[in-house]
Amino acid sequence: MIDARGMSCPIPVVMVQKEVKKNAPAELQVQVDSMVCVENITRYARLQGYEVSVAEGGGDYTLTLKK
Amino acid sequence: MENEVKLTKLANCAGCGAKVGAGVLAQLLGDLKVLRDPNLLVGFDKSDDASVYKVTDDLALVQTVDFFPPIADDPYTFGAIAATNALSDVYAMGGEPKLALNIMAVPAGLPKEAVHEILRGGYEKAYEAGVIITGGHSILDEEPKYGLAVTGFVHPDRVLTNSGAKPGDVLLLTKPLGIGILTTAAKVEMASAEAMALATQLMTTLNRAGRDAMVKYRVHACTDVTGFALLGHACEMAQGSDTEIHLHVDDIDLIGEALELARMGLLPEGMYRNRSFAEPHVDPGTVELAKQDMLYDPQTAGGLLIAVDPADADALFAELQETVPSAQRIGTVEAYRGGKRIFLH
Repeated sequence: MIDARGMSCPIPVVMVQKEVKKNAPAELQVQVDSMVCVENITRYARLQGYEVSVAEGGGDYTLTLKK
Repeated sequence: MENEVKLTKLANCAGCGAKVGAGVLAQLLGDLKVLRDPNLLVGFDKSDDASVYKVTDDLALVQTVDFFPPIADDPYTFGAIAATNALSDVYAMGGEPKLALNIMAVPAGLPKEAVHEILRGGYEKAYEAGVIITGGHSILDEEPKYGLAVTGFVHPDRVLTNSGAKPGDVLLLTKPLGIGILTTAAKVEMASAEAMALATQLMTTLNRAGRDAMVKYRVHACTDVTGFALLGHACEMAQGSDTEIHLHVDDIDLIGEALELARMGLLPEGMYRNRSFAEPHVDPGTVELAKQDMLYDPQTAGGLLIAVDPADADALFAELQETVPSAQRIGTVEAYRGGKRIFLH
C-alpha cells in the first residue's frame, strides 16, 4: 500500500512508478486525495498492463492495480 | 550568477496552468454590466486574446494583461517567459505591442537580486519586442508572480480575431506542443536538461516573427496557444467562427520527451481542466490517449494558431519556414455540419 495522500501530483504517480520498476508487484494499492492523481496513475498503470479499479471514500481515493 | 532561489518551489501552479478554466470564467463574467460602445471592436464576449478599441479610422488600441507564478527556477528566465507570454496576445491580434506595465507579487523574503533578475528578464524581452515598460505595480504576496499589462496598436481593418476562420482555411501552428508536461515533470526532476532547454527556448521566443509574416497574407483568424491548450483555443476558434476544425495529429509537432512523459502519467492538472472544457466538442477518432493529452496540455507562451486563406497557405508557410522554423501545417477549417467542432485524424 502506497499512501500518497497530501501529496500533489506528479509526486504520487512517480512513487507508483518507482514501486512498479523496483518490485513489479502483481497487485498494488495506492491512496491519493485528488482526481488528477487518480487519472495520472491510471494512465501509467494501464500502459504497464495493470487493470485499475478506484474506490472513493471520505474525499480520498484508493486505487487497486492488478495484473 | 549563482542563485540559491528555486522559484518553482514557491509556486502552486506552473505558468499558464494557473489560469482559471474557460468555463468557470464565462460563468463568473456572464451577468456583469458592461457599457456598449461601437468602437470596442473586440471585447470579453468574444473570448479573444486581447481587447481592441478603435481610436480613429486607421488606429486601434490593443490591450491585454497576463501574469502567473514561476514556471522556471531561474528568476531571469521566469521574467523573460512571463513577458514573452504577455506580449504574445498582442501579436495574436495582428498588432504591434508598444507600451507595457509590470505586474509583480513578491514574497517578503525573496532576495532583492532575484526580484531584480525577474525584472531584467521582463525588460530585456520588452526591449527585444520594441516595447517600453513605463511603470507598474508590485505587492507583497506569499507566492511570487510576474507579468505585463501590454498596450499595442493595430489598424482597425487588420485586426485578427479568433472568430474569423472560414471553411477551406489552412491551419498553421508556430511552436511545438508539450511545454506544460515538461514543466510539470521538471518539478519532480523527471525532465531531461535538453528537453527543458528546448522548453525554455520556446517559451522565450517572441511570436513577433510569426505575426510579422502573417500580416502580409490573407489570414482570417489567429490566436495564441496558451493555457487552454491547442484544443481549447481551437475549440474557441471553431465556435466563434461557426466552423469545424480538422487536425492531422501526425502533422503536429509533439515534443518527443513530453509524449513519453504523458504516457507515464506526468500530466498537469490544467490538462484535465482543458479536457473537461473542450472534450464534449472533440471527436478524438482513433488517436492515442497520450497524444490527445498533449493536445490538451496547457502551454505557456505557446505559438500562434493561424487560419489562412488556402490561396495564401503555401506562401505563408514557406515564409514562416524561413523565419519561424518550428512552424507546422496542422489541419483545415471546414463548414460546420452540426455536432462536434474538432475532429482529430
